[in-house]
Parts: sequence; structure tokens; C-alpha cells
Amino acid sequence: MKKLKVLIVLALVALFATPAFAVDTIKIGYNIPMTGDIPKVGEMSKQAAEMLKADINGAGGLEVGGKKYMLEFIYEDNEAKAESAVTTALKLIEKDEVLAMIGPNSSKQAVPAGQVADDNQTVMVTPWSTNPDTTFDRPWVFRAAFLDPFQGPVAVNYAVETFNAKTAAVLYDLSNDYSKGLAEIFKAEFEKKMGAGTVLAFESHGTKDQDFSAQLTKIIAKKPDFIFVPDNYNQVALIVPQARKLGYKGEFMGSDSWGSAELMTLCGDDCKGLSFSTHYAAAGATGATKVFIDRFTAKYGTTPDDVAALTWDATRVVLLAIQNAGKLTGKLRKDRKAVRKGMAAITTFEGITGSMKFDEQGDPVKCAVVVKISQTGQFEFTKSVCP
Amino acid sequence: MLVAIFQNIINALQWGSFYALIALGYTLVYGVLTLINFAHGDIFMVGAYIAFFVATFFLTTVGVPGWVALALTIPLTMILTSMVGVALERVAYRPLRRKGANRLYVVITALMCGLILQNANLALLGASRKAFPSMITEHVYNVGGVIFTDLKIAVIVTTILSFFALQKIVTKTKVGMAMRAISYDKFAVPLMGVPIDNIIVVTFVLGSGMAGLAGILFAMSYPILDPYMGALIGWKAFIAAVVGGIGDIRGAFLGGFLLGAVEIMVVAFFPSTFRDLIAFTVLLVILAFRPTGLFGVAKTTKI
Repeated sequence: MKKLKVLIVLALVALFATPAFAVDTIKIGYNIPMTGDIPKVGEMSKQAAEMLKADINGAGGLEVGGKKYMLEFIYEDNEAKAESAVTTALKLIEKDEVLAMIGPNSSKQAVPAGQVADDNQTVMVTPWSTNPDTTFDRPWVFRAAFLDPFQGPVAVNYAVETFNAKTAAVLYDLSNDYSKGLAEIFKAEFEKKMGAGTVLAFESHGTKDQDFSAQLTKIIAKKPDFIFVPDNYNQVALIVPQARKLGYKGEFMGSDSWGSAELMTLCGDDCKGLSFSTHYAAAGATGATKVFIDRFTAKYGTTPDDVAALTWDATRVVLLAIQNAGKLTGKLRKDRKAVRKGMAAITTFEGITGSMKFDEQGDPVKCAVVVKISQTGQFEFTKSVCP
Repeated sequence: MLVAIFQNIINALQWGSFYALIALGYTLVYGVLTLINFAHGDIFMVGAYIAFFVATFFLTTVGVPGWVALALTIPLTMILTSMVGVALERVAYRPLRRKGANRLYVVITALMCGLILQNANLALLGASRKAFPSMITEHVYNVGGVIFTDLKIAVIVTTILSFFALQKIVTKTKVGMAMRAISYDKFAVPLMGVPIDNIIVVTFVLGSGMAGLAGILFAMSYPILDPYMGALIGWKAFIAAVVGGIGDIRGAFLGGFLLGAVEIMVVAFFPSTFRDLIAFTVLLVILAFRPTGLFGVAKTTKI
């Protein structure tokens, strides 16, 4: 007991004393959805970032050009809205004066926020956004995830091989850049492979919709071999049970936006046995990925989802870029430019979501996995697809 | 084709039921107070959350079978939700009415009350969604290719029954007569000895009770709750009430089903991308021909 007290006192002393020694800090801003449609995404991002910060600050800080810097992470809520993501990005850049930004996670927010980052010459790395527009022609914007033009064919090939699908239907969110973009890529890819007109129905809905009966009735009447639903997990949890209650017994195929820890608590039994393409599979991981999953699970009591893993990777990429910058001058514009150069200098990066190489657009070249939701609700690895 | 039409009629009736139930609350309060209670959509959201807590309590803490829990949850949710509505009236609308504030200020207050309910929920319960527990197992029926569940039929039947009950209360009872009288002349009626405050409380009890009922039925049909769930459906139900002729119960009921039918049918026969565009254009055309709505009577002052 006494030992514990001493330890606590020591820990407290360390806690209060560290800032006194750390004259210099590096500020990194997080533009994440802590409220709104997908709060779990923001929560997971923040937890992963906090774990990484504790690691580095616990080891005395990040060494840049022979000097140790403490990390300060600033989390701002973008409410999962495009317009809020823009103001949040501006606030981080101008008011909080961050060196670099992580997020936003969804393409819906990352596409407009990327423009702000690029205009204000601040490095932004989005962990989760897969829409090509996020980084296209924006030298200051990078990402840790693969792209929809790659994810689309992964879904097509998997469905054709596994479900023996000859026809498909698509239901997507019209007001979501990610969902709409991926739906279009999927349709083009599927029709290229299976012939024109094989996508029997191509239906959309709004972000706040809760009733999909009309769209699903239309889709089910066409009798597709499977339904592709590139939607956020909260809508998936409404769409799949509603389709079952309209008598649909066939397969579903999803995309990486399904892969939230919250999917199974919301969707329940109806989502078991379905497959989706994503960034990594927690069940059956090895090496550094397993270490990360175990530590995260021990710390927060839940399995980290892909957003947590990608935030971890995105933050580490940024920190590596800062180290590559060589030396920080304290002049913000100059330092941000140095970080941008440091980013470009990264050739390959071994992340926990796989090894990645950045191309000239700031996009990583990396593999995707297809996972199947097991009867116990675990996301189980079934197949890995590399470019 | 015929099967698809029948299927969509069922879809439309079920979806329109929620608009109708919520629109009834708007129209009751407007009919009596000429106040557009913009917090009503959020009272519906609170109703769904109350249903969630009551149902979870009965299912897990007490451990009664599902149908018992359901039988207890429905009246309890309606009572608790109407208490929320009455509380809003008491703390927000009544003081303004006493001071004789312009109707504009009361409407703005109502908007703020709605935001307060949303954000209070967000602050107290957090942003993550709640999965509504299933109290009864739904059965899927297939009649000649038209597929429906018992829950869908129950939603439609409940809505129609509550409409008739409400219609009866307003047209056949003494309280209903007092409600209509206040709506006719707010200044002369109290002089006749009608307790105006009590009648207004009854109005809020009825309106919020309907919202509570809508909340529990909605939570059972779409079992994912979030603090913003009432905003959009509340707005749309308000539009339904206006199209039906705000202030008239039959108008709210039909307006709700009309909006539900238009939304579903547009998706069924046009590309779903155009849903809201076509749906609201149709409503605009209706209002252009009948500016006071289907059942509305022209009045000299309106907001």
C-alpha cells in the first residue's frame, strides 16, 4: 500500500513537473467527429491518438534535430458536418497554430477541409478518407487509407468470386461524397466485368433518412444477386434489418465505413455473416498490429476498429515527417513547409494497417482486406487484396 | 407491378403514420394557442428515449416477458412524454403568455426549447446511438408477394385508432368543446368561466402523448436512437400539418399520410435521387392552390 502511494506521488510529480522542463511543444490538431452522425469514429480516433501521445511523451518527447519536444494534441469536434470541418480546420490552423493536422475522417468532411489545409499551406493527413478528391492536386494533403477506385474493384471481385454474383444492386447516400463516389466506381467496375445493365438498381437516400422501404422494395423487386451498400455503419444497421423485413434473403456487400465497433451493437443478428472490404482485420492480426490491438484493448476495453488503427498510422506518419524536417525554427510557416518536405521524403512506411508507399498525389499504395462478420460478431479476415 | 403498388401502399401507410402522429401534436397546439410548437419534433425524440429507458428497465431490471414490457411501456411512455410537454409549457410558454408577448417570441422560444432538448440529451447521454431493445419478435408475412410485418400493421392501426380517439375527444367532450372555444376567442372564453390554463395543459398532454406514442412506435420500427432523430421528421411533420391545414385534426392526419405517400411513391416510380425535390414540389403545388391547406380555414392573422 505504501509503495503504491509513493508511486502515485512520484507519478503526480512527474505529471506536473514535465511541462516545466518542456519548453517546446509540437502542436498537432485533430479535426474529428465527436458528436453528430458517427461519434464512435471520433472517439476511436481520439483514444488511439491519446495512446500514442502517452507513449511518446512518456519517453521524454519527440526528438527532432537533436532536441526533444513534447507533443500537444488538440481535438476539435467537426460534428460530422462538411461546413463544420472547414471552420474546424481554419480554427486549428489560425487560432491554435498547429504544425500539422490529422483528420477529418470521412470524405464528406475531408474533401472540403483538404481545400482549407492546402490553401493555408498546412500538412493534413486524413486517416480514413478514401475519396480520390481529398488529395487530388493538393500537395499539402495526404492520407493513410487506400482509395475508392481501388476499394471498388475489391468489392466487385470478392462478390463475383464468393457469391457467384451475376447481377448487383446499389443503395448509397446521395449527400455523402464517400458513399456516392464509391457507388459510382462500383457500378462502372461491375458493369465492365459482367456486362452493361448488370447493376439492376442504383438507388440513393439522404443522410438523415430512417426509412428505406421504398428504395428497398424497388431493389428487391429486381432480384439482384447481392446489394452493395457503401454507407455509414449507422445506416447499415437500419438498411439490413429493413431489407430482411421486406423479405430479402440474399447477400450484402459493404465498404470500409461499415467497420466501426458500434456496427454490431446497433445492427444485431441481421448483420452476422455479411462481408465488407476494409483496412485491417482485428481478429487474427500478427506482429506490430497485434501488439497495438492488445494494448488498445487493455487500455480502453474495446477492440480498436480501423479508424483507431489508421489514426495511429496517420499520426506516426506526421511525426516521422516532422523528424524528417530536421529542425524546427519556431516560425510556423517555415516549419509547416519543412514538414511538407519531410512528408514527401517518406518512401515507405511500415504501419499497423500494412506497409505503405506514398505516390505523387499523397496517396498510399497499400493492400485491402475483406472481412466477414462472424456469428459472434467479430470481424474475421477472409481475404487480402493488393494493388 | 400490382404487387409493387400494394407493397408501396403498405410502406407509405407505415411511414405516413409517424408523420400523422407527430402532425397531430403540432395541429392541436396550434389550434388552441395559434402557437407553432417547434419543440414538438424533439418532444418526439424525448418520447423515443423515454421508451428506451422504460423498456430497458422492464426487460432487464424487472425481467418481465416482452409483451408485458410492451404493454407497460406504451402507457408509461405516453404519460412521461406528456409530462415533458407540460413542463415545457409551464416553464417556457406560460410566462410569455402571461406577459402578453408577441407570438413571434413564443415561436422563437419553442425553437430554442427544441435545441435545449437536443443538446441536453447530447450532454447527458453522449453522442453515441442507442439500440432499442426488441420487445416482441416481428413476424414477416407474405400475402401474394406483398410482404409486411405485424409491427407495420400495428403501427398503421394504432395511428388510425388514435386519430379517431382524438377526434372524439375534441368534437364530443366538454374539454374538447373548451379547446375549440379557446381557439375561437382567447379573450372572451375565460370570462365565461372556462379555466384556460387547465385546458391548455390538456392540449399539451394530448399533443405530447401522441408524440410519445409516435416515439415508441418509431423506436420499435427503426431501433436506432440519436439526439437529432426528431429534428428532420419534426420539420416534415410540421409541413404535413400545414399542407393538411394546420389547426384541423383531420388535416394533420391526412397531411401526414399524404406526405408519407408522396415520399414513398416518388422513390417507387422516379429515380430516388429526386425524392425530396419532387415530394416538396408536389406539396408546394398543393399549397399554391389551397394556401390554407386541405382542411384549413382562412384567418386574418397567421405566422
